[in-house]
Amino acid sequence: MAFIRKTFGGGGVHPHDFKSLSNDIPIRNAPIPPEAVIPLQQHMGAPAECLVEPGEEVREGMLIGKAPGVFSANVHASIPGKVKEIRDIYLATGMRSKAVVVEFEGEFERGTTQERPWRDRQPQELLDQIREQGIVGMGGATFPTPIKFTTREGSPVEFFVVNGVECEPFLTADHRLMLERTDAVLGGIEIVGRILSPAKVLIGIEENKPDAIETLSAAIRDRGLDFEVVGLKTRYPQGDEKQLLKALIGREVPSGGLPLDIGSVVSNVGTVFAIYEAVALGKPLIERIVTVTGTALKRPANFKVRIGTPVGNLLEECGGFSDSPEKIVAGGPMMGFALADPGVPVVKGTSGILALSKRSSKHASETTCIGCGRCVAACPFGLSPTTLYKWIEHREYQEAVASGLMDCKECGCCAYVCPARIPLVQGMKLGKIMSRKKG
Amino acid sequence: MADVKSTWNARVTASPHLHEGSSTARIMISVIVCLLPAGIWGVVIFGLHSLYVILASIAASVVTEYVIARLQRRFTLNDWSAVLTGLLIGYNMPPEIPIYVPVIASVFAIAVVKMAFGGLGRNWMNPALAGRVFVTFSWTGLMTSWKAPISWGSDAVTGASVLGFVKAGLMNFEGSVNGPVQFLAARGFPSGSLPEFLSPLGRWFPGRYGALFVGNIPGCIGEVSALLLLLGSLYLFAKKIITWEIPVSYIGTFALMIWFLGGRPFGGALFTGDVLFHLLAGGLLLGALYMATDMVSSPLTRRGMIIYGVGAGFLTFLIRIYGSFPEGVSLAIIIMNMFVPLINRATRPVVFGRVKEGKE
Repeated sequence: MAFIRKTFGGGGVHPHDFKSLSNDIPIRNAPIPPEAVIPLQQHMGAPAECLVEPGEEVREGMLIGKAPGVFSANVHASIPGKVKEIRDIYLATGMRSKAVVVEFEGEFERGTTQERPWRDRQPQELLDQIREQGIVGMGGATFPTPIKFTTREGSPVEFFVVNGVECEPFLTADHRLMLERTDAVLGGIEIVGRILSPAKVLIGIEENKPDAIETLSAAIRDRGLDFEVVGLKTRYPQGDEKQLLKALIGREVPSGGLPLDIGSVVSNVGTVFAIYEAVALGKPLIERIVTVTGTALKRPANFKVRIGTPVGNLLEECGGFSDSPEKIVAGGPMMGFALADPGVPVVKGTSGILALSKRSSKHASETTCIGCGRCVAACPFGLSPTTLYKWIEHREYQEAVASGLMDCKECGCCAYVCPARIPLVQGMKLGKIMSRKKG
Repeated sequence: MADVKSTWNARVTASPHLHEGSSTARIMISVIVCLLPAGIWGVVIFGLHSLYVILASIAASVVTEYVIARLQRRFTLNDWSAVLTGLLIGYNMPPEIPIYVPVIASVFAIAVVKMAFGGLGRNWMNPALAGRVFVTFSWTGLMTSWKAPISWGSDAVTGASVLGFVKAGLMNFEGSVNGPVQFLAARGFPSGSLPEFLSPLGRWFPGRYGALFVGNIPGCIGEVSALLLLLGSLYLFAKKIITWEIPVSYIGTFALMIWFLGGRPFGGALFTGDVLFHLLAGGLLLGALYMATDMVSSPLTRRGMIIYGVGAGFLTFLIRIYGSFPEGVSLAIIIMNMFVPLINRATRPVVFGRVKEGKE
C-alpha cells in the first residue's frame, strides 16, 4: 500500500463512524410487512404511472407502476396480495407521493436462483432489462440507472467506478453486501462492464472496511478479473461521486457537469448488486439491504427489506428503543431525513434507519455567525457556506447562485463543524428552492 | 414486541443529524480559561489593583451588553463573548490605571464597536482593541505610565514600559550600541527579582531575556508573561480554536522585518535586529495569539488569514520601529480588521470543478 493514502482534495470531515454497532451483524430477512406501502415516486424524475386499482390481486414482482419516460423508473409489487388502496403519503424526504398499499395475501412463488445466461447478450438488451426491473442508484440519490449508462456517441468510458465507500457514519449495508454477496456484486460489475466497455474498473472502499477490501480483492483474483480495489483514507464525504472520482482518478467533474464529462461512470455497490439480480436472476428491484441502527436502538441489524415496509416495523424488529430517541433518521446521519412518523415506508433509496440518542446528536442553541471560517475550510466543494447563507437570509437568491449555491451537494460538513449551530444545509436547500421559483 | 409508535418522540430537523460538539460559548470559555494564567501572573506581579481593573472591565462589558441587548429584547450573555472582551480590555491596561478608564473602554467597546453594529459576529473590528485604542488616545498619560513589579521595591519606579523606555531613549541617541537589551542596561533601566515563591523561575530563565520571557517587567497586566500566554495557546491550538495561519504569519513577518531592519535605530547594520527582544517585550504575543485570531474580525479563508497576519506583522513592525508610538500591536490589528471584507472578497475559494480564472 502506498505511503500517501488516496483521498479527495480539500475540505471534508471525519466524524466518529459508529459502524461497530452493526458491521459484524450478518444480513437477515426482515419480516414481511402485513401491509406494504409502495410509493410511485421512489426515484429522481417523474413518478411512475399507476397500473393497478384497489381490490386487484398482485403477484410478487408484478409491475404496478410504469415509468412514463426515460427520466423515471418502474415500480413493482414487493409482496403478493391485494391492493387495499392508492393513497397520498409523505415520503422520508417530506415530499408527497401516491403509494400503492398492498395487503399481504397468498403465497410466494419460489424465485429462481439459477443464473440465466447473460454473457452473450447484447449491451442494449442488458440495458433494457435494467430499465424494465426499475433499477435506480441505491446510494441514496436514486438516479435512474439506465440514463447513467447511456453514453454519448464518440465519448468512450474510460473508468467505471464502483462506490463501496459508504462514508456516512452508522451505515453498514454496503459493507455487509460486499462481504456476503461478493459474487453477485462482482457479477453485477461484469454486467455493467459489458454495457459500458470501460478501459478500467475501479472499486473504491474506505480503509475502515479492511475485510471488504480483502474479500473483494481475493474474489477478483480467484475469478481472474482485472478490477482494481483501491483502499481510501476514511473521510466524509468521499462517497459523493464527484469526490470519489477526485480521490480515485484525480480529476474534477466540471461544475454543473456529469462524471461522463471526465470519461467516468460511478455506481454504488448496492446498485451493481441490484443489476446482477435484475439481469442474471430476472428479479425486479423489490427489496434492498437496510442498516437499522443507532445509539438509541436496542439491537441493531442489517436487514434485507421488502420495499414499502414501514420503518416502524423494522425498529420493532430490532427490539425498539433503548433510550428516548432524539431523532429518527432515514438514510445516513449526515444527509438523511428526520422522520416524524413510523409509517413512512422503506423505498429504493433507503440505506439505513437510525435512532439517535440525545447524547449523540450533541444539540446546542444557535447563535449568530462568528465568522470562524470553519465551514469554508470544511466545504469539499470550495464554497463559502456562511456567505451563501447570508445571501439566502437576505433573499438575494441570485447572488447565492452566482457564488456557487447550485454546486452545493448538501453533504452537511459545514453544519457539522459550525460552532454557532447555524442550520446551513437547511439554508442551502431553501435557497435552491427559492432561486428556482424566482427563475 | 416493543411498541415503537408510543415511544416515538423525535424531533424533525434538516440534516446533518450529527455535530462535532463545538459551540460559540465553548470557544469563548476556552479562550477565557487559557488566558487566566497570564492574568493571574499580572495580579501577582503588579498587585491587587490589577485584579480590580480586570474585574471592573468584565463587569462593565457584561452590564453594557446586558442592558443594550435587553433594550433589543434579546439576551446574549450566554455566548460568553462579553466576558472575553472585558477580560481582554483588563489585560490591556497598565496596572495602576484608575478604574474609570477600563470601564469607559469597556462601555465603548461593547456599546459602540459591538452592539451598535448588531452584536457578536457583526462587529467589524475587535471590540477590546478598539476600546483600548479609544482610551489610549483619550487618556494618553494614564495609559502610558507603568508600574514596576511590586517585588522590585518601592524605589524602582520606572514610569516607562520596556518598549517605551527604548523608544524614548532612542529619540536623542547617537552612536551605536549592541541592540535594545544593552541599551536598557546602559541607560540604567531598572530590574529586580521575582517574589520569593516565584524565584525558581528567575533561576531557570536568568538575565534580561529571562525576565522578559517570564514577565518580570513593567507592562500591561495581561501581556507581560510570554511564558504563560504561550502555554495557554497550546491548548487552543490543540483544540483548533486558533489555527496556525494568523499567529505564524503575524509573528513570522514581524520577526523577519525586525531581523532585517530592527538593528538600524541602534546604529547597527541590516540583519542585526534583536528578534527575541521584540517578540517578548510588549503585547505582541497577546495580540498575535489571542486578539488577531478573534474569529469575528479576521478573514474566513486560510489564504485570507495569512494575508491578514502578514499585514498585521508588517504594520506592527512599522509602528514600533518607525512610528512615534513604542507599541504597535493594537493599531496594527485594528487597521487589518478594516481590510478583512476586502481580503475575504479577494480570497474566495475556488469552487470544485471550476477552472481557476481571473477576475470575473
